[in-house]
Amino acid sequence: MKAVSADAKVELADLGAVRVEAAGERQATLVRLLRLRWGLAAGAVLVLIVASAVVAPWIAPHDPLAVDVRHRLAPPAWMEGGSAQNLLGTDQVGRDLLSRMIYGGRVSLVVGVSAVLLSSTIGVLLGLSAGYAGGRLDWTIMALVNVMLTFPFVLLALAVIAVLGPSLVNMIIVLGVAGWPIYARVVRAEAMSIGEREFVLAGRALGMSHLRIVFRQILPNLVSTIVVIATLQVAQVIILESFLSFLGLGIQPPTPAWGNMLGEGRLYMLNSWWIATFPGLAIFLTTLVINLLGNALRDWLDPHMRL
Amino acid sequence: MQRYIARQLVQLIVVVFGISLLAFAILHVLGDPVLLLLPQNAGKEEFERYRHLLGLDRPMYVQYWKFISRAVLGDFGKSWYADTPAFRLVLERMPPTIYLTLAGLVVAMVIALPLGTIAALRRHTWVDSLCTVVAVAGQAAPIFWLGIMLIIVFSVRLRLLPASGYGTWQNFLMPAFCLGAALAPITMRLVRSGVIEVMNMEFIKTARAKGVAEPAVVVKHAFRNACIPVITVLGLQFGQLLGGAIITETVFAWPGVATLTVESIRNQDFPVVQCAVILLALVIVSVNLVVDLVVGFIDPRIRAGA
Repeated sequence: MKAVSADAKVELADLGAVRVEAAGERQATLVRLLRLRWGLAAGAVLVLIVASAVVAPWIAPHDPLAVDVRHRLAPPAWMEGGSAQNLLGTDQVGRDLLSRMIYGGRVSLVVGVSAVLLSSTIGVLLGLSAGYAGGRLDWTIMALVNVMLTFPFVLLALAVIAVLGPSLVNMIIVLGVAGWPIYARVVRAEAMSIGEREFVLAGRALGMSHLRIVFRQILPNLVSTIVVIATLQVAQVIILESFLSFLGLGIQPPTPAWGNMLGEGRLYMLNSWWIATFPGLAIFLTTLVINLLGNALRDWLDPHMRL
Repeated sequence: MQRYIARQLVQLIVVVFGISLLAFAILHVLGDPVLLLLPQNAGKEEFERYRHLLGLDRPMYVQYWKFISRAVLGDFGKSWYADTPAFRLVLERMPPTIYLTLAGLVVAMVIALPLGTIAALRRHTWVDSLCTVVAVAGQAAPIFWLGIMLIIVFSVRLRLLPASGYGTWQNFLMPAFCLGAALAPITMRLVRSGVIEVMNMEFIKTARAKGVAEPAVVVKHAFRNACIPVITVLGLQFGQLLGGAIITETVFAWPGVATLTVESIRNQDFPVVQCAVILLALVIVSVNLVVDLVVGFIDPRIRAGA
């Protein structure tokens, strides 16, 4: 009799624990769902931003390079002295700010995506070889990763651009080449742990070549991690690109880019705050939705991912 | 402990060597110093003569050796623009950068420690969600834009703070806030996850069981232990923090190493650029070393593991 009641107590206690755990799990699922909603909303905004950059020639109200000195420094439409002609006002030589912003997105998106493609390719290849081969190669690659991660990315990019000269292609190369260590570090760690799993050992026992093991067995398991890092990195690259352009070391005027518009707007911030404010808002919104999307992707692909 | 220190020192040397190679390569592999020094219409013989004069016709490793053996003694050559040693120019500009970085760190802590702790203690409530929203937004806002917005509001509109300059405490407010705001989100997340993890530990239950008041449990027991990962990550992020300081300096015309570097890049004054890059790297690496040692001292598990 005694024993039974003790058992029952244990069972009850267990049930309680299970219930608490279930509640925790439900809450976690709820959080995940909420994040996914946010992610979907962010994705929708991002699609809008990308679409408006792509179809810029058709939706921009004015030519982004058309100078109109009579209407220079016109405030946004809702302010005194603003007109519906230039919804967000005009800049120091009378170019329409809204049109320039729509076109400016092109630069940021192109640089962001191309640089990330470049750096993820380099980083994944080096990370895979370091993690799979190990030994001296691993040591060398990781030493390089450490050197590059200790050093501020911005300063490196600045110095290289200064020698190469500012241009769209140089910026993509610099940001692409400087950004690889973060991929290499994560991919190496994952490749090492996956390399010891049974299916890889089995593959090796069956006589698969190293290349096939790396690209057919290890790499597919890393795709979701890489996609998440790459998404989040696009935001970082866009911020860096605009900073370089802001300093005048990136995209050169008169080509509109959010960064160089912000840099030009800084000179006029005393009287015309809108020139610097709106391009900055565009950078902020774009990086915000990319970050939200990246976080949602991580939760969706693998909630246990540690990034 | 000694082996741990030795290992960290070896790593330090590798990193500094690597960065000196990078700094050397930036000028000598990517560009040609003579092309930058001489006018474009100079004759071919003139170029050759100059190249020989500067020792640029020698093999790369000889040049690197010359560069590094002088650099170790603090001789980075004279600035091509101002007629002073590059080393002295950079050294003069170092203190403002370090003060700004420290001030930014303090601001980040002031924002992140309380918010992160509250978010952890009130997990899954609106407070927590609000903190997350602020963190996500803060991470997305470019520092240079934030700085300009601050100048427009506080200097141009309200006329409360100086837009640029250096020397008084008013000058410090906006740059420090700007840099701190950039660092706060990641710090807050670290504090939050650290406190959550620690609050589930046995020793917290023990403290509560023996009747320690809840505020004391949080501050004395949980918070202290949650700080270890925060110190480590912040220490290792010091390079990124300096990167943020570089961006902040350019916005507020702060007379630090970063503005000097950007100026020198514009003037193509490469001895100064190289010197700044290497000295900044030394600062970063030494900070990392100190952080590693401090953390290894506090938490013996790390000493054994890494």
